[in-house]
Amino acid sequence: MEVDGEDGRTQNQLRPLACSHNILYRAHGSASWSLRTRTLRKQTGQIDNLLKSHLMRMRPWLNGNKEALEFKFLHVWEWFRYSGLPVRVQLLEEEYEMILKRTLQSICLLTINPNTTTSIIIQVINDDGALLSCAINAACVALVDAGIPTEHLAVAICCCVAKSGCKMKAFAYLAFLNCVHSVLPEGSSSVQGEPIEHGIVTSVTNDIMSEDNYFYSLERGRAASVRVVRVSQEELATALN
Amino acid sequence: MGLSNASGDLSTEVEVDAFRCLFPLRFYEKHLLESIRPDARPLGRARETTIALGAVASANGSALAKIGSTTMLAAIKMEVMTPSLETPDEGCIAIDFHMPPICSPIVRPGRPAEAAPVVAKQLSDTILSSGMINLKELSLVSGKAAWMAYLDIYCLDADGALFDTALLSAVAAFSHLEIPVVSLNDDGKIVLSEEQGLSDREPVNKEKRKINLSSIPFSLTCVLHKNYILADPTAEEESIMDTIVTVVLDSSSQLVSLHKPGGTVLAYTSAIQDCIALTRQRVKELQKILEEAISGMEVD
Repeated sequence: MEVDGEDGRTQNQLRPLACSHNILYRAHGSASWSLRTRTLRKQTGQIDNLLKSHLMRMRPWLNGNKEALEFKFLHVWEWFRYSGLPVRVQLLEEEYEMILKRTLQSICLLTINPNTTTSIIIQVINDDGALLSCAINAACVALVDAGIPTEHLAVAICCCVAKSGCKMKAFAYLAFLNCVHSVLPEGSSSVQGEPIEHGIVTSVTNDIMSEDNYFYSLERGRAASVRVVRVSQEELATALN
Repeated sequence: MGLSNASGDLSTEVEVDAFRCLFPLRFYEKHLLESIRPDARPLGRARETTIALGAVASANGSALAKIGSTTMLAAIKMEVMTPSLETPDEGCIAIDFHMPPICSPIVRPGRPAEAAPVVAKQLSDTILSSGMINLKELSLVSGKAAWMAYLDIYCLDADGALFDTALLSAVAAFSHLEIPVVSLNDDGKIVLSEEQGLSDREPVNKEKRKINLSSIPFSLTCVLHKNYILADPTAEEESIMDTIVTVVLDSSSQLVSLHKPGGTVLAYTSAIQDCIALTRQRVKELQKILEEAISGMEVD
């Protein structure tokens, strides 16, 4: 079923991705990740989904032999969208902080620098959907920009299940591993017959969907994440040159 | 002389409790090899669940739910309010989840618990998106008056699987809820009617009624560790094995929510399918328990 989105996209098209790193001077590492929504009507301005994330090394903190990761997710408070209910935005921020923390904690090597705290701050510039996946991608690029050694990287994507007529019914945020094996020509290692890139690091769904729709969106998400990985790899490759 | 050797040698010499404190992961792995957990549960079984309806007499609907030691008290208070302009014939539900310091030594007074806002948001998303309650039923006079249901859930004992117990207590409280009788007074305001019909005003709704609950959501939290899936973890298990998956299914087996916030273990499709299968079993158990609790109340 070809569902045309409001911006003229087909089912499998992603919005144009833009990624840049090292944009903030005072931070140890920074990255910005944006998805551009095109409006077909007369343009009053482009709506972006822009996220800046920056990392700071704090002064030594007594934390035992593990390094600690601290997160702060700052949302731009849009009056018209949240109709003046501050409570819900705060809950959203805290939930996303927790999800980001647990996602990145599992892929970061925390024992390299004991007794330090790495503080990752994500500032939303503009919110036009797919916020959590943008945040995870931006945080990963910022980690690499700061030079913090990580075991793997994560790539996140947002898939939605649409009713006919392109009204969105439910959506799922999925984060997969973006590991070094995908780049090596020898192919990737597989666990239980499934390659390691298929393992879900994080999955958060919103609204009801059937089980089959969920597994279908997993497949589509994995396919789309390959494209996202390529974007971030190109960006980081320019950094090395 | 590595650590693994040390713990292996010590396991025969040290007491069970000391081993459990010093090497918790190895303690659990020894049990998992035999497909059992320290509290003698098989891996896929949840703890004993009980529901007590009407725990709070002053609230319009309330329930106390216990899964193992995790205890949650839910209470609903109804208030009349003017509906918003966009939805003039719909009521509103406000969901709040509290973790007072009584529930766990990790929660300190004055500082909100880390898990509280996350569970609160998950709960409100699940309840509102599952379509369990038709908000149009909460309307009184279209455009002028509608019910606002304040649902408060207090955690009294936090021993793992907080979201499961909270959702169960919320669902039970809604099934116990009785909407009070109101009438229009001379000033055109809605007031609560007295019990014995002393008033000569025409009541707006004839009698205390219960709301219709369609497609009730039930959930199961599982912990993934290597190849094992442990259903309904205790707080100890949650702290040692950090990969937690929560699956919420409704009575028509639709996936309301699948929540896996990171964690060291990656979830492959087979693991997710196993979790969903365990949840389906659990939904049947919970439906039975809820029906028994409701019919128990009606007999009284």
